[in-house]
Amino acid sequence: MADHDPTPPAPPAPPAWQLGKSHRKVDAMERMRGITRYTDDLKLPGLLHCKILRSPHPHANILSIDTSKAEALPGVHGVITGKDLSIPYGIIPWTPDETALAVEKVCHVGDGLAAVAAVDEDTALRALAAIEVVYEPLQAYYDPEQALAAEVAINPFNKRGNLSKDVVLEFGDVEQSLADAPLVIEGEYFFEGTTHGAIEPHCAVAKLEPNGLLTVWSATQVSHYLHRELAKVLERPAHTIRVIQPPLGGAFGGKSEPFDLEFCVAKLAMLTGRPVKCLYTREEVFYAHRGRHPMKMRHRTGFTREGKITGVSARTFIDGGAYSSFGLVTTYYSGQLLCSPYVFPAYRFHSTRAYTNKPACGPKRGHGSVQPRFAIEVQLDKAAVALGLDPFELRRRNDMGSNTTTVNGFEVGSNGFLECLDRVESGSQWRERRASLGFGHGLGLAGSTYICGTNYPIYPNDMPQGAVQITLDRSGRARVFSGANDIGQGSNTMLAVIVAEELGLHLDDVRVVSADTDLCPVDLGAYSSRITLMVGNACMQAAQKLRGKVRESVAKRWEIPAARVTLIDRKAMDLEDPARSIALDKAFQWAEADHGLLGEVGSYNTPKDRHGSYRGGTIGASPAYSFTAHVAEVEVDPETGVVDVKHIWVAHDCGRALSKLIVEGQMEGSAYMGFGEAIMERHAVDPRHNGVHCGPSLLDYRMPTFLDTPDIHALIVEAPDPQGPYGAKEAGEGPLHPSIPAIANAIYDAVGVRIDALPFSPPKVLAAIQDRARLEQAGELAPFKSAGLGERRNA
Amino acid sequence: MAETLLSLHINGELAHVAAPPHWSLLEVLRYRLDLIGSKQGCDKGDCGACTVQIDGEPVLACLTLACAAQGRAIRTVEGLGWEPQFRAAGCHPLQDAFDRYDAAQCGFCTPGILMSAESLLRKRGRAVTPLEVREALAGNLCRCTGYTKIVDAVVDASERMFAEDHDIHG
Repeated sequence: MADHDPTPPAPPAPPAWQLGKSHRKVDAMERMRGITRYTDDLKLPGLLHCKILRSPHPHANILSIDTSKAEALPGVHGVITGKDLSIPYGIIPWTPDETALAVEKVCHVGDGLAAVAAVDEDTALRALAAIEVVYEPLQAYYDPEQALAAEVAINPFNKRGNLSKDVVLEFGDVEQSLADAPLVIEGEYFFEGTTHGAIEPHCAVAKLEPNGLLTVWSATQVSHYLHRELAKVLERPAHTIRVIQPPLGGAFGGKSEPFDLEFCVAKLAMLTGRPVKCLYTREEVFYAHRGRHPMKMRHRTGFTREGKITGVSARTFIDGGAYSSFGLVTTYYSGQLLCSPYVFPAYRFHSTRAYTNKPACGPKRGHGSVQPRFAIEVQLDKAAVALGLDPFELRRRNDMGSNTTTVNGFEVGSNGFLECLDRVESGSQWRERRASLGFGHGLGLAGSTYICGTNYPIYPNDMPQGAVQITLDRSGRARVFSGANDIGQGSNTMLAVIVAEELGLHLDDVRVVSADTDLCPVDLGAYSSRITLMVGNACMQAAQKLRGKVRESVAKRWEIPAARVTLIDRKAMDLEDPARSIALDKAFQWAEADHGLLGEVGSYNTPKDRHGSYRGGTIGASPAYSFTAHVAEVEVDPETGVVDVKHIWVAHDCGRALSKLIVEGQMEGSAYMGFGEAIMERHAVDPRHNGVHCGPSLLDYRMPTFLDTPDIHALIVEAPDPQGPYGAKEAGEGPLHPSIPAIANAIYDAVGVRIDALPFSPPKVLAAIQDRARLEQAGELAPFKSAGLGERRNA
Repeated sequence: MAETLLSLHINGELAHVAAPPHWSLLEVLRYRLDLIGSKQGCDKGDCGACTVQIDGEPVLACLTLACAAQGRAIRTVEGLGWEPQFRAAGCHPLQDAFDRYDAAQCGFCTPGILMSAESLLRKRGRAVTPLEVREALAGNLCRCTGYTKIVDAVVDASERMFAEDHDIHG
């Protein structure tokens, strides 16, 4: 009988509602009124202040610690040392190689070894000064290759000397591909290291409730991992610990693992029975670090005469600092995340991470792949020059396209890279502008890709990676409970947009409760650009279930098919008769009458069939990949070597922009951050001064100001991915990657010199310009750009 | 340690508070008066997150001794947007523009930036240019936004604030 029934015509598509609009964020106005309580703004009666004693030595055995004088000081309520928190932990379960406070030895300047809780900070500082420590200094190592050759092991838990991780992976016959290539570009690149520089310093507060519950508030981007590690180190069942992440003042990867202060305030609160707070000084933030790893990278890239890549070989030494942090993953990422957006017919990488006597490195925005992306994209630029090809053309010829598999076995779905190239080419007016720029002025191009979360979580388990609970209220409101950490990137607003979209609400009608381990379902945290795709999918699922219930209840009363009902602008509406509508609170009441309390959960787990089938083949595999292209315009002063970046055009394929301004803001912030790393930022210690930091302040560690920062032009590209909610992919990290190589390539375009070591500081640039000038004068090199505008050697 | 009694004029009201004599204005605001809008990012005058106004001028509260601010008019971000002319809108035009432009991501530097920007607009008394904004705010670091949307928001707010005057005189 069904065969004879004509299919009823589908109702009109629901009109556009929230997706892709410009939104006011759900929590921004409170921040601008100065009433949002960040961690350091919490007030608790009887609060004690914690300070941590830190090592002045880069490497030393602790022979003795005497805390008796500190304990005797009036106003001091508790003193702890390494033996009070001696269980080793680590964000990666395979490498638990640090303790909250050093037990037997200190491994870098700034390593903590004792903590006090006192009535105020001044008393706590006096107590630190009264602690007597006898050190036995040891030889310190600041270079990864020297550390690998050393007899002394730096890390107290590592069993392989100073080797932290070594990864060799080869796909295809790379040596043959290079031997056969008509052009092989060889380059040595050095990334010295940068740090996150969130304006809010790390802060944690702990309180033991009368019922035995330990509450820890922390400026963290990984409440769940902090929860797990607190349970382990404090030897308390996890259900007796509650972790709350208050509103956060920036993170960028710098708050994505537990830090000593969280364990110290928890332990001291347990000891003293009073709430305890610790706020890092800015100097402590620099020593806590976990920023971008220094990497020494040697790349060999083969090309055909047409500019197609034949093979890539990379050898990388990674300076890990004293502890593992995410280093195991970093070591894989330094090779695994490079096999897109260009086709590599053959690829080999060998990455070695070593321990050194420096603050530990970890993940910073674009974890593990920003450094090698610099090498890859400069190699491409060198090839374009050698072959006389336009850099756009060379990249287009190597584009891998969508729905394909990388050489290392990752499944790539949607891919908007070519459109990204088109957008920055037209946005920057590449051809016309480049032709008009004389000596000292240049344009550079670079591209990149990044992950949207990883298919396998940090600790192996079969549970969902993202989960959300939503309840609806009969007054016409929605409450969203999510474990995800909003670190300023706007993830709470992203969830509100999805719920408002599905349920016809305004953003003001959605309350998002997030990152409280007592109230919210587990989420793994704000890292590897996972929240929009993973938590967004979970949220969409729960919201769609509720949407279904509400539509059904309305349809029943209107006696029409549920498909004809949509929810929009605080109304339920008949799509075929838009004049017929009912207020949304009434619709929610009908649904609550039909179904009982309206609540749904959604959860998301990653696909497990989109990675390589070899050891390590899961690391770096993601449900979907974002793509980015940058064009940078620079002016280089040949007299001083000062590089002035004038413009950055950044086009980013985010799949679908759920909230336009937030996506643009992530793109602008990323381009800015990469620009700072390219031109001025330098996180380094000074071996000639016993391993102290070269400038642990926001004055000496130069971050770009309003005046330094170029005009940034954000160009959103949307290649929707079936794995993402409404097609959405990440936008928070990918757009950083091309910043550095685009600027490097623009410097070459301006003055004809390659600066292969970061940052591109005036002395380096000037020396390179002078070297080139000497060669030109000796007739060994042709003049780079003749006096006439736009005439160029390779044109 | 003996504390000193301070009388401070803050946001149009007189506050009496005891604090250690060496405390900065930032410490007194945050930890004695619970005016938490002014932020500590560096505690040594490098980041601008603690910017407040004293007698209308932007000042770093972390480098100002609280006792030195006695007898002067202190204005913090909590005092921005409460003026009678802004009460109907619920906030200062700068705060509204920051909200519309998504100029605050984590929002930690925002109070200091607002206090610097408000001072700029009040002194200029007219629509400002992007370069004027960048120069006036060069002492305030923001690590999230890349500054683009902040510059746009301040320019937009100035255009809206002074559009009326323009209409009257034009």
